[in-house]
Amino acid sequence: MWVYEKKLQYPVKVTSCNPTLAKYLIEQYGGADGELAAALRYLNQRYTIPDKVIGLLTDIGTEEFAHLEMIATMIYKLTKDATPEQLKAAGIADHYVNHDSALFYHNAAGVPFTASYIAAKGDPIADLYEDIAAEEKARATYQWIINMSDDPDLNDSLRFLREREIIHSQRFREAVEILKEERDRKIFF
Amino acid sequence: MSSSNQKSYVPYHSPYDPCPPIGKKYYSTPPNLYMGFQPYNLPQYSPKEALQKGTLWPAFYDYYENPYERRR
Amino acid sequence: MPSTLPEEFYQWMEELQAVDFVLVELTLYLDTHPQDQSAVQQFNQFAKQRKQIKRAIESKYGPLQQYGNSYSGMPWNWSDGPWPWQV
Ligand SMILES: [Fe+2]
Repeated sequence: MWVYEKKLQYPVKVTSCNPTLAKYLIEQYGGADGELAAALRYLNQRYTIPDKVIGLLTDIGTEEFAHLEMIATMIYKLTKDATPEQLKAAGIADHYVNHDSALFYHNAAGVPFTASYIAAKGDPIADLYEDIAAEEKARATYQWIINMSDDPDLNDSLRFLREREIIHSQRFREAVEILKEERDRKIFF
Repeated sequence: MSSSNQKSYVPYHSPYDPCPPIGKKYYSTPPNLYMGFQPYNLPQYSPKEALQKGTLWPAFYDYYENPYERRR
Repeated sequence: MPSTLPEEFYQWMEELQAVDFVLVELTLYLDTHPQDQSAVQQFNQFAKQRKQIKRAIESKYGPLQQYGNSYSGMPWNWSDGPWPWQV
């Protein structure tokens, strides 16, 4: 089971009242390479992977939920005090007419989240390579969002999330080596 | 540090392309691509600094900023 | 939790976030390096430290976790705000 903690993994601060940024951030909330897809991908794959890497998938999957909460916090802070007029000016009127300022799992273009974002081949190597690619894609998405954002505090949190993708990719690469059983050879010879 | 993890290329520009050339296109090649299996006992940041950087180990730190902004 | 949080709350929170972050990093590292003895030692040391910080925060600001992972005040204070995305 999971236990919630009343604490963000990293402090989220937003300097400017710029709801347009929420439109970009939603990509990492309900998009193909977003935090929800990541969490569900890893926590689903762990049932059909060798025991040696189940712990890693469980722990990275769990951390992804902490990242999802950070993204939600950014969007919440950017939209909670916005009037309908401000949301319209920010280009999120189409979101507003369906959801008001409620969060919804869709990407920046408004495409709803779908289970087909969550790859699961059942082959450990194929799945781990999928995970490595997913981490690099998430890293790239954070770069494109940072390129679009001029909010220094928001960018600070986004840089934290981008760096986490680098570490996750590293660990998945190591998991591949473990399944190749290269690691033990290196230690003993 | 960030410059060595940043690569670029120049896309072909045709005289018939409608927009002026962007010049260089940039992409990241972060440290995880070069590390292999992480060795034991790598130097660490202090806890506060680790949180701020997003990693416990300086060897993985890769600061990112908009490369197109910097150029202007 | 009181309705407006003092500056001190944010400092305590960052203290916990820093220690917990080391624990997250070491967790993922140890998942692929289970034989690294000094990393295990460091992990256990930080696990102890996080318990102390958790206790200090909870004595002032209420439970951080529930389902019995924290003690409750009287009346039940788990559902008192503000929540992490609000602060
Ligand atoms: Fe990730």
